Amino acid sequence: MAFFKGACRKKNCWNQSVPQHQCPQMTIALAGNPNTGKSTVFNALTGLRQHTGNWPGKTVQRAEGSFYYKNKHFTLVDLPGTYSLFANSVDEQVARDYICFTRPDATVIVTDATCLERNLNLVLQVMEITPRVVVCVNLMDEAERKYIRVDVDLLSSELGVPVIATAARSGRSLDKLIDAIDRVASGRIKITPRLVTYDSEIEYLVQRIELKISPLIPAGLNPRWVALRLIDGDRGIIDSLQIYLDDDKKGSPQWGEEKILCTR
Amino acid sequence: MYQVGSCNPLTKILDEINRDLPPEEKNAMRDRIVDGIYDSAEKIAGKVVSRENRKQINWDQKIDDIITSRLLGFPLMLILLGVVLWLTVTGANYPSQVLAAALFRLQDLLSGLFIQAGAPAWLHGLLVEGAYMSLAWVVSVMLPPMAIFFPLFTLLEDLGYLPRVAFNLDNFFRRAGAHGKQSLTMSMGFGCNAAGVISCRIIESPRERLIAILTNNFIPCNGRFPILITLSTVFMGGAVAASCRSAAATAVVVGLVLTGVIITLLVSKLLSKTLLRGAPSFFILELPPYRRPQAGRIIIRSVLDRTLFVLGRAVVVAVPAGVATWLLANTFIDSSSLLCYAAGSLDAFARHLGMDGFILIAFILGLPANEIVLPILLMGYISSGTMVEPDSLAALHNILVGQHGWTWFTALSVMLFSLLHYPCGTTLLTIFKETRSLKWTLIALLMPLSVALLVTFALTRAVRLLGLV
Repeated sequence: MAFFKGACRKKNCWNQSVPQHQCPQMTIALAGNPNTGKSTVFNALTGLRQHTGNWPGKTVQRAEGSFYYKNKHFTLVDLPGTYSLFANSVDEQVARDYICFTRPDATVIVTDATCLERNLNLVLQVMEITPRVVVCVNLMDEAERKYIRVDVDLLSSELGVPVIATAARSGRSLDKLIDAIDRVASGRIKITPRLVTYDSEIEYLVQRIELKISPLIPAGLNPRWVALRLIDGDRGIIDSLQIYLDDDKKGSPQWGEEKILCTR
Repeated sequence: MYQVGSCNPLTKILDEINRDLPPEEKNAMRDRIVDGIYDSAEKIAGKVVSRENRKQINWDQKIDDIITSRLLGFPLMLILLGVVLWLTVTGANYPSQVLAAALFRLQDLLSGLFIQAGAPAWLHGLLVEGAYMSLAWVVSVMLPPMAIFFPLFTLLEDLGYLPRVAFNLDNFFRRAGAHGKQSLTMSMGFGCNAAGVISCRIIESPRERLIAILTNNFIPCNGRFPILITLSTVFMGGAVAASCRSAAATAVVVGLVLTGVIITLLVSKLLSKTLLRGAPSFFILELPPYRRPQAGRIIIRSVLDRTLFVLGRAVVVAVPAGVATWLLANTFIDSSSLLCYAAGSLDAFARHLGMDGFILIAFILGLPANEIVLPILLMGYISSGTMVEPDSLAALHNILVGQHGWTWFTALSVMLFSLLHYPCGTTLLTIFKETRSLKWTLIALLMPLSVALLVTFALTRAVRLLGLV
C-alpha cells in the first residue's frame, strides 16, 4: 500500500485510492465559440493541473489539463475557440482535426446562453462528426440578468444529447457537467443525436457518396460527415485524412490495397 | 515511394462530384450546407430560448457608445493610460526606495562577512559588487512598478476594455496597411514584448502578422518601463515643483508611449509599402460583454503569470550580466579598465546620439534583457568613479548629473533610444521561433536599431543647431 501511495504521489493523484496507471483513462475535448467562458470552464475543471504547448506543426496554443472523477482519469484538451468547423482558419482546422481524427471519448461544447442561436451552429457541426457530445450552456447568470430563459430539457431532447446549464464563473452546476461528461465518455448514456437535414438535392448526393466512401474511410470516421465535406469541396479534409493515416499505419485495409495499386 | 495524392480514392470521388456538378452550382454547395445548419440552429433556438419583455437598459451598449465614440474614445484612452502610468509612477516610488535601502544594507552586511572570512578582493567584487548588486538593482527598480502595473493592466483586460481599444485604433492600423488586431498585440507588448510577439498569432494573414511582430518592439515593455519612469522622475520631474513631480514624470512617460505608437504606425505603413506589400484584410472583432472582474483571478494571473515570470527572467539574466560587467570594469590594461576602454572608443560616436560611451555599452551589454541596462550603466559609472550606493533618486541624480554631466537632453536621448532600439534577446529568440526565419529575425534586430539611431541622431543635430543644450 505504501508503495502504491508513493508511486501515485508522483503522478499527481495523491488523493486517489487507485494509482494512475490503474485508472481508466478518458480524453475529453473542449470546444466552443470565443467569449463563452470556455477557459473558465477549463480552469474550473482542471485547476492547476495544466500544461500548455503548441499543436504539432501549428502556431496555435494547446492547453491540456486533467482531473479525476469516480476513479477515472480525465484528460481535458482545450481546443481553440471557433465559430464553425469549416476549416476556414488554422484554429478551425486544428479543432476539427482533433475531434474527427483523435476521436476523444467525449466532446464538450461550451455555449453562451445569451446568444445561443449563433452558438448552436457549432454544436450542430460537432454533432455531425461525433455523437459523443455534451452541450454546456454557460453564462446562465448573465442570461438571467438579461431576462433570457433557456429551456435546457427541451434543448436536450431537440438535440438528442445531454445539455447542462452552468455558470462557470461562480462554479454553478459544474458537478453536473462532470457527471454528464463521465456518462457520455463511458457510454453509460444512450445518445440519439438529431442531425441537420439538408435540402433534398444535398441529401440525395450525400446518400450516394456515403455509400461509395464508407468502405474507404477508417472505421469510426462518420461517412455522412466526410460526404458533406466532399460536397462542399473541402480538399483539405482529404489531406488531413492522409496525414492521419500516415501517422497511424494501421489504416483500414482498403486504403492499404489502394496504396499498393498506386505503386505499380 | 508511392504518390498518394493523385490516386487517393477520395480525391477520385471528389473529382467525380466536381465533374457532375456545374461550376456555379458547385460554389453554391457550401452556402447551402451553411444555410441548412443556420436554419436548424434558428429553429431550435426559437423553441428553447424565451426573452422576457421587460424594459431594461442595455448598459453594455450605452458604455460602448461612449468608449468607442469618435469624440470621446481617444481622450478616454489617453486618460486611462495616464491614470495607469501615474498610479505606477507614484505608487512605485516609495516601495522602490524602501526595497533599495534594505537590499543595499544587506550588501553592506555581505561585504562585512566577506571581509571577516578573509575572502580575496576579487571574489568579493565578483559576487557582491557584480552579481549581488545587479540583482538588488533589478529587484528594487523593477518589482514595485510591475506589482502595480500588471494588476491594473490585467484589470482592464478582465473588464473587457482591450477589445474596445482595438476597435478605436482599427482605422489607424488599416490606414497603415496593417491588421486591426495589431493594437491588441501592441497592448500585450506593454507587459512583455516576447508575449506580444507570441500573441501576434491571433493575426491570420502572414503579411500582417509579420508587420505586427516586427513593430512590437516600439512599445516599451515592462523591462524598459523602469528606466523610463526612473529617468523621467529624476530629470523631468525635477524641473517642476515637488507637488506635481510625479504628474510631470507621468506626462513624459505618456508622451514616450505615444511616440512609440506613432512610430509603430509609421513603420507599419513603411513596411506595408516596401518589404511586406499588400492590402489589409478584413476581420470580425467581437466586443465581448463587460464582465465584473474577478479579484482573485486578477491577482493570481498578474502576480504569478506576469510579475514573477518577468522578474524571474530578469534575475536569471541580471546575475551573469552583473558578473560580466564587473569583470569588464575590473580587468585592467595599462591602468584603464576594459569597460573604460570600450566606453572611450564608443564615446565619440555616442556623442552624436546625445549619449556617452558608457550608455551605449550598457545598451549593448543589455541585449539579453532590457531590465539590466540601467544597472549596468550605473555599475559602469560607479566602478569608474567614486563608490556611491545609489539607494535613492537623489543619489542617482548626483551620479548622473554631478559626476557624469548628464543634462535633460541626455536623459531624453537615453529614453528614446531605450524605447526604440532593439528587442531583447528573449524576444528575438521568440521572433525566430515564430517566424522560423533568420532573415526576419535579423530585420527585427536591425530595423528598430536604425530607427533608434536615426531618431536620436536627428534630434541631437536639431537640438545642437537650435543651441538648446
